[in-house]
Amino acid sequence: MQDSNKPYETKVIVGGGEKVQQWSVYLIAVVVYMAIVGSFPFNSFLSGVLSCVGTAVLAICLRIQVNKENKEFKDLPPERAFADFVLCNLVLHLVIMNFLG
Amino acid sequence: MGGKTEPANGESNQTPMVAQVSMKPDLFNFSLKTLKLKVKQQELLIRVGILCLVYVLAFIIRLFSVLRYESMIHEFDPYFNYRTTVFLTEKGFYEFWNWFDSESWYPLGRIIGGTLYPGLMVTAALIYWVLRFLRFAVHIREVCVLTAPFFASNTTLVAYFFGKEIWGSGAGLVASALIAICPGYISRSVAGSYDNEGVAIFALLLTFYLFVKAVKTGSLAWALASAFAYFYMVSAWGGYVFIINLIPLYVMVLLITGRNSMRLYVAYNCMYILGMLLAMQIRFVGFQHVQSGEHMAAMFMFFLMQVVYFLDWVKHMLNDSKLFQAFLRITVTCAVGVGALALGVGMASGYISPWTGRFYSLLDPTYAKDHIPIIASVSEHQPTAWSSFMFDYHILLFLFPAGLYFCFKRLLDATIFIVMYGLTSMYFAGVMVRLILVATPAVCLISAIAVSATIRNLTSLIRTKNKAVHTGSSKGSTSAKASSKASLDQSMPFQRNGAIALLLGAFYLLSRYAIHCTWVTSEAYSSPSIVLSARGAHGGRVIFDDYREAYFWLQQNTPPDAKVMSWWDYGYQITAMGNRTVIVDNNTWNNTHIATVGRAMSSYEDEAYEIMRSLDVDYVLVVFGGVTGYSSDDINKFLWMVRIGGGVFPVIKEPDYLVNGEYRVDKGAAPKMLNCLMYKLSYYRFGELTTEYGKPPGLANSLSSFLEEDVWDVPANIFNCLVPASDAIAGVCPRDTLANIMYCFRYDRARGVEIGNKDVKLEHLEEAYTTTNWIVRIYKVKPPSLSALEPLVSNKTFAEADETASSYAKRLIVGPSIIGLMSGNRAAQ
Repeated sequence: MQDSNKPYETKVIVGGGEKVQQWSVYLIAVVVYMAIVGSFPFNSFLSGVLSCVGTAVLAICLRIQVNKENKEFKDLPPERAFADFVLCNLVLHLVIMNFLG
Repeated sequence: MGGKTEPANGESNQTPMVAQVSMKPDLFNFSLKTLKLKVKQQELLIRVGILCLVYVLAFIIRLFSVLRYESMIHEFDPYFNYRTTVFLTEKGFYEFWNWFDSESWYPLGRIIGGTLYPGLMVTAALIYWVLRFLRFAVHIREVCVLTAPFFASNTTLVAYFFGKEIWGSGAGLVASALIAICPGYISRSVAGSYDNEGVAIFALLLTFYLFVKAVKTGSLAWALASAFAYFYMVSAWGGYVFIINLIPLYVMVLLITGRNSMRLYVAYNCMYILGMLLAMQIRFVGFQHVQSGEHMAAMFMFFLMQVVYFLDWVKHMLNDSKLFQAFLRITVTCAVGVGALALGVGMASGYISPWTGRFYSLLDPTYAKDHIPIIASVSEHQPTAWSSFMFDYHILLFLFPAGLYFCFKRLLDATIFIVMYGLTSMYFAGVMVRLILVATPAVCLISAIAVSATIRNLTSLIRTKNKAVHTGSSKGSTSAKASSKASLDQSMPFQRNGAIALLLGAFYLLSRYAIHCTWVTSEAYSSPSIVLSARGAHGGRVIFDDYREAYFWLQQNTPPDAKVMSWWDYGYQITAMGNRTVIVDNNTWNNTHIATVGRAMSSYEDEAYEIMRSLDVDYVLVVFGGVTGYSSDDINKFLWMVRIGGGVFPVIKEPDYLVNGEYRVDKGAAPKMLNCLMYKLSYYRFGELTTEYGKPPGLANSLSSFLEEDVWDVPANIFNCLVPASDAIAGVCPRDTLANIMYCFRYDRARGVEIGNKDVKLEHLEEAYTTTNWIVRIYKVKPPSLSALEPLVSNKTFAEADETASSYAKRLIVGPSIIGLMSGNRAAQ
């Protein structure tokens, strides 16, 4: 189980920085779109923005937790951190889908 | 009570017991040793036992009013919550979420689905459905009445865990015991007080506990849990604004004091984003988290955290300090510039709304009185007096600073949080009486820290003699202290006795606290407000159930589409129990509508009639306390009607109703006061009560003429009722007693004066119903064609007055103020 999880984890960790950049690009795209089209319905705009921000932040949190240099997290197993990450993302996207209208 | 001292020395309790077991009788030997439990398990058993007892205690101390009166909903706001809960259980969640109510705020209606906090109703409905599923046939009213005590018990559990997080399990146990009976919390969570705060305090404490746990562990799961608890809080009460401002403030303090850590970043970001998203699902809150000035602190903190941690990361990446300095300067100026620009544009364009009046008046307490009379008129929004603090907190008042001292001695992230929560909530509790409730958990927790730390120190002093068997202590500091105290023992030989004395003193204080809390709950916070009670002449308790009598009369004797005009206090009750449409109710969302009603109540009858016709009013309801001495009636609230009405309609001027700045209803009152609608409706037929006791009508108005006589003939049946049998001679009555009795008619007991205008005539309204003790009076608005004929209709009122007056005499024997009159004192006019 450890081995099959590992490649995915490493991919997320290594690709974390690029992912964050990618979501920042998405965020800017959403904001520009809103500026052009107008902010009605506002809840859709907000859900777009917050999903980008939310996933970026959660990815950063995961990276922080798994990084071996952080002494505060040394007794937090990476599987647990990943599971928390998945759970939070699940909740985030469920709420976003409800909020999209 | 002894349980409070036990947990502090729970860990090492068993070894002295083992040493003394040979001295104790065999019964004690039987109980714990034969169960063959280890020390840890015994300690766990004691803790669980204490928590169970505290849980039950928190529930049953709130049941006074259910035992004394009946299981009913108290006060005003809970009736609205009850009505919406009934609607939810009957029609389902979709109908409830999209409900438009045309029975209140006629003719405007109210979007209930979008303007309420659904947490309480959904919680009660869920409990109801679960109980129904388990085949308990409960009525929704019972569930509603008992929801608040149930959640108070749950709060004690959360307080235990929170205290354990901050200081230790001993402090947790003391905190749960203190908060179970603290009057500050009980006041809004008795059985029957079915209001948002009952559930919201539980949610508040849960959110804070989970957030502190998240900061301590840095785990995303705890942060997610705290986001859900925040969502529950947002759905339950408008006071969630306190959370969304306190947490960023706490994060700021941690950043400033250099305690920024990765755990803080993870905890705050996850909680903020997810919490904000979840909170925006509540229709009433809507987009306030990104648009309202009150929520901007959290967003500002979010951006600040990104900047600070980004800088930290960059500093870690580049190991070159000079380059980093340059980068730092650029970034900081950019960030500050962009932030200030965004904030400025937002506020100037009005996109970010400024602080609303309700919350602004917390920062500037004088704001509401000048600008928003409706907020200033609510009695719960007044600043708190010292007596209220003492009444609600008792010994916690001086344990609070002691606890702060202990917190500062051991500063961790968690103790910093509780200190901040305590200080900010105490400030707000000083500004508004209602917010004592929000400060209660913090005060209980900090006081628990003081109690726990003190008792721990004292018991360690006492046990220095047993240093040799002091093995199992998990706190290293205790044994170190014990050994250091053992060396001091030689220089201060009475230390142990002093410690025992102090322990007994602490025990005494805590027991006085428990006695005070029980007394306060029983006397002050358990009255339903809708049913009044007083002590009769012979000491028995008399119940005045006039409100419900009036509402049920409305329900049974008026057409279903009748519209009732009353002051906004009674709106919820009329809609819930009388089931009739009202003009204004307690939601007070439309100030102009309320001002219209206020104007109608303070105008002369003709102008008021025009306003009432324009609003399609069929019935008018006023509350009058002149007969029973009930002081929360409409005449005492009248000046607020004038102020609110005058705030919108300049034609109503407050000085018109006052005489030399004084508010009077007697002969010397202002003419506009004596002839306004409210005065007429309250005192209609009040002056005629005197003509029924065998006295010629003319003499009733002149006391001096019958004072000349020594005795009066009073009909025996009435006389025996009025005078205690012991000092009566059948058929005759001493002059001064009867003079007092006669004087009490036309004598407004609530104001303590004889009223000014005794002969009230109404031309556009007629009396529909007056309750048994004259507390609620209902009038019917006459259609335009009949009112012109009024002068021709003969005075039918005397026949009716006969019946009501004789029933009034029967009430008079147990009327509450008769005691004072019987003893011969006459109130000064």
